[in-house]
Amino acid sequence: MATPATIHAHAPQGFIRKYIFSLDHKVIGMQYFFLALTAVFVGMFLSLLMRIHMVWPAAVLPLVGEIKPETYLSLLTMHGTIMVFFVLTTAPQGGFGNYFLPIQIGAPDMAFPVLNMLSFWTTFVAFVVIIAAFFVTGGAPLHGWTGYPPLSAVQSAGPGEGLGADLWITSIAIFCIASLMGALNFITTTLDLRAKGMSLMRMPLTVWSWFITAILGLLAFGVLLSAGILLLMDRNLGTSFYVPLIVVNGQVLGHKGGSPLLWQHLFWFFGHPEVYIAILPGMGVTSQILSTFSRKPIFGYKAMVYAMLSIGLFGFMVWGHHMFMSGMSPYSAFAFSILTMCIGVPSAIKTFNWLGTMHKGRIRFQTPMLYAIGFVSLFVSGGLSGPFLAQPVLDIQLHDTYFVVGHFHLIMGVAAIFGIFAATYYWFPKMFGRMMNETLGRIHFFITLAGTYAIFMPMHYLGMAGQTRRYSQFTEVAYQAKLIPLQTFITYAAIITISAQLIFVINLFWSMFKGPKASDNPWQSTTLEWTTATPPPHDNFGGVTPVVNHGPYEYAVPGAPRDYVMQTDPVSASAH
Amino acid sequence: MGLALLGLIWLITFVSTYFFVAKTWWLPPGAAEAAGFIDHQFALTFVLMGIIFVAAQLSLGYFAWRYREHASAAPAQYSHGNGRLEIVWTVLTAILFIGLNLMGSRVWASQRFDPPAADAVKVEVTGMQFAWYFRYPGPDGHFAPTSVKLMDPSAGGEAALGIVTSDPDAKDDIVTGTMYLPVDREIDVSLRSVDVIHSFFVPSLRFKQDTVPGLNIHMHFRPTVIGEYEIACAELCGLGHYKMHGMVHVVSQEDFDKWLAAREAEKQ
Repeated sequence: MATPATIHAHAPQGFIRKYIFSLDHKVIGMQYFFLALTAVFVGMFLSLLMRIHMVWPAAVLPLVGEIKPETYLSLLTMHGTIMVFFVLTTAPQGGFGNYFLPIQIGAPDMAFPVLNMLSFWTTFVAFVVIIAAFFVTGGAPLHGWTGYPPLSAVQSAGPGEGLGADLWITSIAIFCIASLMGALNFITTTLDLRAKGMSLMRMPLTVWSWFITAILGLLAFGVLLSAGILLLMDRNLGTSFYVPLIVVNGQVLGHKGGSPLLWQHLFWFFGHPEVYIAILPGMGVTSQILSTFSRKPIFGYKAMVYAMLSIGLFGFMVWGHHMFMSGMSPYSAFAFSILTMCIGVPSAIKTFNWLGTMHKGRIRFQTPMLYAIGFVSLFVSGGLSGPFLAQPVLDIQLHDTYFVVGHFHLIMGVAAIFGIFAATYYWFPKMFGRMMNETLGRIHFFITLAGTYAIFMPMHYLGMAGQTRRYSQFTEVAYQAKLIPLQTFITYAAIITISAQLIFVINLFWSMFKGPKASDNPWQSTTLEWTTATPPPHDNFGGVTPVVNHGPYEYAVPGAPRDYVMQTDPVSASAH
Repeated sequence: MGLALLGLIWLITFVSTYFFVAKTWWLPPGAAEAAGFIDHQFALTFVLMGIIFVAAQLSLGYFAWRYREHASAAPAQYSHGNGRLEIVWTVLTAILFIGLNLMGSRVWASQRFDPPAADAVKVEVTGMQFAWYFRYPGPDGHFAPTSVKLMDPSAGGEAALGIVTSDPDAKDDIVTGTMYLPVDREIDVSLRSVDVIHSFFVPSLRFKQDTVPGLNIHMHFRPTVIGEYEIACAELCGLGHYKMHGMVHVVSQEDFDKWLAAREAEKQ
C-alpha cells in the first residue's frame, strides 16, 4: 500500500496534478481557503442587500434592482447557509486544518490523500449546486437556513420552494458527504501519523481543536445527511416524514402523519455541534497566538484540552435549547436547559485561561495577536448572552428575536471569523512565503472590531424590545416600527464594516505577490510548521522526519538560550 | 498599540453597558401574571452576566496595555497555569450557571404542567399563512371539531378554520380576527396551525408558543393589565411572515361579556 511518504517521494509536475487535482494537503488546504474566501464575499454581499432592504425597502440598487420581500427571504436563507457551511465550516477546518494539522504533528501528508482531494472537490460541487439555486425558476428558497418543514417540504408554500429548495437541500447533503470524508481523514491522521515524541499532550491546541472538530463532524454530519434525504423524499416522493395533514393555499396536500418536530430534532442534533465545529478551531488558533505573542506558555494547557473535550461532549446533549418554544415536551426543556448551562462552564474556563496567558506576559501586537484578542472579546460578549437564552422562561421573550441574531453572530459568526482572520495573518507567511502588511492589518482590525460591535450589540437591544427576526419589513407591527432608527444605524455600521473588508482583500493579494519575503519563523513560534522551510517543501520537512522533544508552548523558559524553545529543539535546550 | 486596544475595548464595554443600564431599549411593560417573575429573572441574569462582561472586557483591555512589550517591560513569567485557580473558577461558574437555571424553572413549570383553573376562559388560536384566528367555544364550553377538507382560508372566519358546522357544538362557536380577553382571568389557550409552523408571540404578555400543524398545544396565562397588545408571528412562515400581525384586547370582565354576547347575537 502506498503510504503518504511514498506518494510524496516526488512532487507531481503537471499543472493539473499540482494545483487542481492535487493530493498535497497544503494545496488542498489552500483550495478550501480560497473557496471559503469566495463564499464569504458572496455571503457578505447578501447580508449587505438584506440590511439595505430592511431599512430602505424602495431602494433601487445598481445591477440588483429593487429587492422584494420574497427576495429578502431568499437572501436570508442563502446568507445563513453559505456562511455556516461554506465559510465557518470550510475555512477553519478544511482550510487551515488541512494545511497545518499534518505539519504540526510532523506528518508528510494526510493519512488518505486521495480522500482528501475528493472531499475538497465534493465540497466544491456542493457550492456550485447551492449557487445554482439563485438562477433557477422561482429563485432560491425562502425557508431560512434552518429549513423548518412544512415550509421547506411543500413546493406550494412559497416562492423558491420549488427547484430552488431541492438544490438547497441537495447541496447540503453533498456537503455532508464531503465533511464526513474530511472528518475521517483528520481523525486518522491525528491518531496515526504523529511524529516521534509528539504525544497527545504535546500536540498544539490547534491540533486538538481540529481533532475534536473532526469527531464532532463525523457524528453530526451523518445525522444531517439522513435528515436531508428524508426531506428530499418528502418533497419529491410523496413521503410524510415531516409533514402532517395540512392545507396550503386552500389545497389539502397528500401528506399524513408526519412530524414537523422530527426535522427540528435531527437538524439541531447536527446544528448545535455545528456551532462548535465553527468555533473550536478559532479557540485553538487563539490559544496558539495568545501564547506566542504573549511570549508565555499557555495558561492551563490540560484544562484547555479537557475544556474542549467537554464542550465537544456536551455539544451533543443540548440541541433541544433551540426548541423551547417548538411544542416539544416542556419537561425536556429542564434537561436541555441544565446541560446548556453546563456547557458554559468549560467556555468560561477557556476565557479565564486566555486572560491568564496574557497576564504577566510580554505582549507583541502584530496583527494576528490583535485578532486573537478580538476573538476573546467577542467570545465573551457572544457567550454571555447564552445564559439568557438557555433559560426557557427568558427564551419565551427572546426566542426568534434579534437578541438571538446578535448572540449567534457574535459567538459563532464573527468570533469564528476573527479566528479565521487571526489564522490568516498568522500563517500567511508560511503559506505564501511573504509577510502581510502590518499597517493595513491594524486598520482592518480596528474598523472590523468596532464595526462588529456596532452591528451586533444593538441587536440585543432590539431583541429585548421584541423585534422578531426574519421580517423583511418592520412597518406592519407598530411597536417594531419604532425600532427602525436603530435598524438604520445597524445598516450604516454594516456598510462601513463590509467596505472595510476590502482592506483585507487588498492586503491579502498584494502581499501574496509583493509582500516582503518571510523567514522560516517570523513570529518566533515553537510549533513544527515553523521548523521547516517557508513555504514548506512537498513532503513538509524535506526528507527529514522531525523528532519532538518539548511541549508546544515553551516560551520564556528560564535558562534557555532564547525566549522560546521549539518543539524539535534538543532536550538540553531546556530543563523541561 | 496596547493603549489603543485598551481604549477601544473599554469604550465598547462602556457604550454597550450604558444602553443596557439606561434601559434605552428594554422589554415592553409586562401585562401578564408571569411578567413579574420573568422580568425579575431577566434583571437578575442581566446583572450577573453584566458583571462578568464588564470584568472580563476591562481585564482584557487592561492586560493588553499593562503587559505590552516595551524596553523596560518585565520578562514574561514562565508559568503553565494554576490548578487550584482552575478548580475555583470551574466550581464558581458551575454554581452560578446552574443556580440561575434552577431559579428560572418555576414559572416555566406552572404555565405548562399545572392544569388551568376550572373557570379559565377557553380560547383557541389558529395560525395560517398569514393571519391569526381566535375561536371561543360559546356558552356550551365546547369547541366543535374541524376538518381539513372544509378549510377555505380565502373565505376567512369559520370557513378558514374548517369548522364542521353540522356539529351541535358549532352553533355557538365564535371565530374572530382579534383576540379579546378578560383581565385577571386565567386564559386556557390551545394553539394550532393549519399549514406551516407559526409562532404566537405577544411581547407584552410575555407569551410565545409555536403553533405546529398536527399538534394542539395547551398553555395558560393570566393577563393583568387592560390594554391593547400586538401579536407578531415569530416563526418564519413564508412570504407574508412580516405581515402576520394581530391584536389582543385585554378588557374588563364586563366588556368581555358584552363583546362576546354581541358576537353571539351576530351569529344567530
